[in-house]
Amino acid sequence: MSATTLTDGRPDTRSAVPARRRKPLRSRAYKVFRVVMLILVVIVFIAPLAWMLLASFKTNVDIYDAGKSIIFSPTWENYNNVLGRNNYFQFIFNSFWVAFCSTALSLVLGVPAAYAMSRFTMHRSALVVLMARIIPGVSLLVPWYYVFSNMRLVGGFSVLILSHMFVALPLIVYIMMSFFDSMPLELEESAQVDGLTAIGAFSRITLPLSVGGIATAGILSFIFSWNNFMFALVLSGAHTKTLPVAIFNFVSYASIDWGGLMAAAVVVTIPIMVIALFTQKYIVTGLTAGATKG
Amino acid sequence: MTVLTTTRKSAWRAYSDWANTHRKWLFAAPAMIFVGVLIAFPLAWTLYLSLTDAHGSVRAASHFVGFGNYLEVLKDTERFWPATGRTFAFTLSALAVEMVLGMCIALLLWRPFRGEKWVRVAILLPLVATPVAVGMMWRLIFDPNIGFANQLLNFLGLPSQPWLSSPETALPTLVFVDIWQWTPMVVLILLAGLTALSDEPDEAARIDGANAWQRFRFVTLPLLMPTVIVAVLLRSIDALKTFDILYATKGKGGGSFNEVETLNVYAYGLSFDYNSYGLASAVLILFFLIIVACMFILTRRRKGNK
Repeated sequence: MSATTLTDGRPDTRSAVPARRRKPLRSRAYKVFRVVMLILVVIVFIAPLAWMLLASFKTNVDIYDAGKSIIFSPTWENYNNVLGRNNYFQFIFNSFWVAFCSTALSLVLGVPAAYAMSRFTMHRSALVVLMARIIPGVSLLVPWYYVFSNMRLVGGFSVLILSHMFVALPLIVYIMMSFFDSMPLELEESAQVDGLTAIGAFSRITLPLSVGGIATAGILSFIFSWNNFMFALVLSGAHTKTLPVAIFNFVSYASIDWGGLMAAAVVVTIPIMVIALFTQKYIVTGLTAGATKG
Repeated sequence: MTVLTTTRKSAWRAYSDWANTHRKWLFAAPAMIFVGVLIAFPLAWTLYLSLTDAHGSVRAASHFVGFGNYLEVLKDTERFWPATGRTFAFTLSALAVEMVLGMCIALLLWRPFRGEKWVRVAILLPLVATPVAVGMMWRLIFDPNIGFANQLLNFLGLPSQPWLSSPETALPTLVFVDIWQWTPMVVLILLAGLTALSDEPDEAARIDGANAWQRFRFVTLPLLMPTVIVAVLLRSIDALKTFDILYATKGKGGGSFNEVETLNVYAYGLSFDYNSYGLASAVLILFFLIIVACMFILTRRRKGNK
């Protein structure tokens, strides 16, 4: 213990303390403050999700009992109800199929487009694709519904996949463009010097090197398609309903079965959260793509 | 035989040359045509519908009514103008809180610390959660009788609130839900911007004796401005168009008093609950113009800053 500090570690204010001595203490106070704030942030963002998870294991009687907020006897009944009686496996499959197809097709269309737009700096063309991000979904739904119901396609998978591609494609182009922008040209150029055509260099050199970027774009577009509500609300039929629509319909009838509703909500969010846990880095890269270019 | 293979080969070669010289458009065109057909055509169709009295079944005949729908919408002080007001109130309040809070959390996470990975996961989860499920989750938490929110208030000795069930508090409550879900997005974007900054200006200011607030206000913030504007741009596009949590918590028409009816919810209701396609299209065209105007103002500021 140095002479300028008291035994409890606080600085001795009676004597003149050199500025350098005070600094570690201030930074220690900041450290404590930072840890407290970080814990608070985690609690605020996680607690509601934890509450939803807890409620999904409660009987409806326990949900109404404030004394059983945290301690209660868990039950699988809600999940049995949701998965068994309400045909949720069909909805899970629908959500998966629509998200998978729309993502795959959007990658096929979007990756080469993003490549061309990045390499030839086609900023005006890129703007056309990015317009899709600005336009309100309803303004597209009215004409789509008009046309597709005249073609008697509403309620089928094809229309759902097409509409979700509309969400996925701009996202993929946006992410892949910033990926290709940051990729050095030299490799492609040397491949062309070695006798590959330009397209050959793209498919044999650039594409294999872009796996990370493609994974980022694919994961994000899958998540956005899985979460999409409005398009499926209008365009899906009884057998092609996706999970968000199924949950929404859960409350449309009579009184709310809270336990069942929370179980259904968990069923929708868990797959996405598991994907997010394992692909955290990709998701963050994708969400912040192009943000630091200025 | 050999002649045939050579011609076939040269045909392939010619095709390959053509493809390689035109690869710019060969690559870009399919995506652009797809998006173009699905945007340009619907926009034109919406514009056409907005000038007709299309109503009821999609197969019913409609008549040209000129700007009648627009006049009706612009004179509508019961639904259209309040919905416009709510759209802006919702967007501006959510955006303001998300930016300030997002900046604070981003600064908190900026320098490395132990357990960093877990905090980032915690922040990511609300962001990827399905908005409809999030809406349902908050419906339970904000339930006036059994919800956790009122339990917490009572525990702290405060009176219960009606939250989503009262016309006065429903919209602010939904602003809170939006803040909970989308602040992480702002945090991630700002954090990416912060990590890309070089340490030198901050270090120089520190040596010159600037305190933490001064270094943030006069060094970090100005350098971070381009990223901040990207965050504002992305968040305002999405906030203006918020639909899922509003519709999932309050249902058709934004509740029985239309208390959370924004332009998007109003247009949706007109189209698919009332089947007034003509009127809905007029609202949508106006809504679209509002969004484009907002983006125009924001991007102009962005260029002005450069």
